[in-house]
Amino acid sequence: MNTDSGETPAASGSLKKRLRRDLARVPLLAWLWGAMAAVVLERFCGPQLADLLGLPKVPVLFGFLIILKQPLLIPSTVVFITLIYGLPILLVSRLLARPANRLAAFLLQGPLAVSVLIHLAFFYGTLHLWSDMSAYRVLTLKLTLIAVMLTLSLNVINGYMGEFSCSHPAFMALGAYAASVMTLAFFAKDKQFGEALLPTALGPFMFPLVLVVAGAVAAIGALVIAIPSFRTRGDYLAIISLAFLFIVKSLIENLEWLGGPRGLSSQPNYASLPTVFAWATACIWIINNFVRSTLGKALNAVRDDEIAADAMTVDTRRTKMVAFLFGAFWAGVAGGLFAHVLRYVNPGSFGLQNLAEVLAMVYFGGLNSVYGSIVGAVSLSLLGEALRPLELFKWIIIPLMLILVMIFRPTGLIAFREFDVRKLVQPKLNPDHEV
Amino acid sequence: MALLQVDHMTHFFGGLRAVHDYNLSLEAGQIRGLIGPNGAGKTTVFNLLTGIHTPTEGHIHLDGQEITGKPPHRIASLGLARTFQNLCLWRHMTVLEHVKMARYSRISYGLIGAFFGTPKRHREEAAIEAKAHTLLQLVGIDHLADQVVVNLPYGAQRRVELARALAIEPKVLFLDEPTAGMNPEELVQMMEIIRRVHAEFDLAIYLIEHRLKMVMELCEVIQTLVFGEVVAEGPPEEIQTNPVVIEAYLGKEGVESSC
Repeated sequence: MNTDSGETPAASGSLKKRLRRDLARVPLLAWLWGAMAAVVLERFCGPQLADLLGLPKVPVLFGFLIILKQPLLIPSTVVFITLIYGLPILLVSRLLARPANRLAAFLLQGPLAVSVLIHLAFFYGTLHLWSDMSAYRVLTLKLTLIAVMLTLSLNVINGYMGEFSCSHPAFMALGAYAASVMTLAFFAKDKQFGEALLPTALGPFMFPLVLVVAGAVAAIGALVIAIPSFRTRGDYLAIISLAFLFIVKSLIENLEWLGGPRGLSSQPNYASLPTVFAWATACIWIINNFVRSTLGKALNAVRDDEIAADAMTVDTRRTKMVAFLFGAFWAGVAGGLFAHVLRYVNPGSFGLQNLAEVLAMVYFGGLNSVYGSIVGAVSLSLLGEALRPLELFKWIIIPLMLILVMIFRPTGLIAFREFDVRKLVQPKLNPDHEV
Repeated sequence: MALLQVDHMTHFFGGLRAVHDYNLSLEAGQIRGLIGPNGAGKTTVFNLLTGIHTPTEGHIHLDGQEITGKPPHRIASLGLARTFQNLCLWRHMTVLEHVKMARYSRISYGLIGAFFGTPKRHREEAAIEAKAHTLLQLVGIDHLADQVVVNLPYGAQRRVELARALAIEPKVLFLDEPTAGMNPEELVQMMEIIRRVHAEFDLAIYLIEHRLKMVMELCEVIQTLVFGEVVAEGPPEEIQTNPVVIEAYLGKEGVESSC
């Protein structure tokens, strides 16, 4: 199929128009290849180029940190980013657009899962090569993926169901502590729980089970909130869940066998990048499946008009309970991963600040939207890291952005959009297709 | 026993007696009307029968089964569907999603299917979708299937409600002022649709309506409700000339008309 119509008279428009039209035909696969090329280029030529441009080292987070710390190096940083990321990504993805389109079309003839897995493999490869350059990148990436899981699971409750829950950090804490206690007691020698009860070698294989149990513990915690608060509607859930957050926090602070305020440390190193990536992908996949099914859409019906939902055979109470427990489950899993990424947890990490962050990610990204949650979590996590050199001013800039988003797009950046995986991976053959 | 049998139903809102000693026997395939001046308690009767309120006294049987005090979604899935007077639609959902949602109680793929997108789920969702399209064709809005409901004109929104109620596959359909706010042309179309639906599914239909023209043409039996009490019941011609009904509507002096 001829996809390249660059010679048509319409092409003689302005350069910008033409570029935009060209890029509209680049499928996701080609973008992934472009990103991969950039990452490989950085790996081999990055240090030399940085040296040549007078940069102290390869910019860790797309140059934000260097720009903010040493304004004099701004030109060299911009040149570096353009040469290593900007140009290669644009060139490679544009040049490979045609074969990528053909491959994407071919893959879609088979099952969708195969196509998605191949895309994910390229995506993971890119992330892996990128983060391999420094430990800081690995940590940022893992925490970002965990933030995506948290945001998405909170969006199920606050966005799709339209209730206002404040207890997400508490669910996360329950998951984090449950997972830590299990791995420390069973698979590691540690001062709190003594010798490992099971062979240490078993640990990495049992880790998924540990996380599922951690999620289940969080879901049981959610049941405690759900039973009294879903008898009514309105602000009760917000109040009860906020109370629950403080109860869980002070409970953990006062339980000596959980380490009290000092917390638990030296969790085994199970949460490698592939593990976190796989769990984040599973979380997105399952939540997206759920919210697109008629059973999941029932959440929207309950939110928009509960009486009508009830009259149309929707069991509203069950629907709300399921969604709340489901959201809490994923918060628990994310908490378990969080504990094993930092290999340290203390009650202080699960307080109001954490709540404010995850709420901001949900409302910034967009309600009722998987895209929105991913965008919100990734952009605010990276922004939080990138603006770190500004210290105190960071807490002025981020809330200010949030206020602006609330003014201009009250439901968030990308709200009420369906996340259609098939649309994402399909070839872009139509030049007028929106990017 | 009739398909929908109501015996001595009374309801109090606090100290206010909203419905008093209400009886109804709705036979299969029958179209009945409920008329009465504003505030007579017509919608309250609907809300009591569909389970939104539980009657203080009395019994309701649907198809021989006692439904008094059951939650609304249980009553609905037993085969009692309704539309609302002031349009209760879900503002962020499309027309198709509305109709699919009413199949909720018949979905058998469960949470496992919802979470993991099993083949069973895809088959079932496809079947529901096909069914929804047929219903949308029946009420004449299939071309609007992918529109979000808030963008639709009023008449089309009423039809969405009707299609949604039909998706339950009800035995009894309650219509709460299906033509409120419609112009004469839309009114005629709506009557046509109600007739078609009645013929196609052999439904028992119970209708609240303010426009006497519509009730007189469609219904076999009409009940008149005044201050929560049935003051007259009978075929349209009889109701039209009944002095009690005329008094309730027009008053003794004939000062004000509400129809």
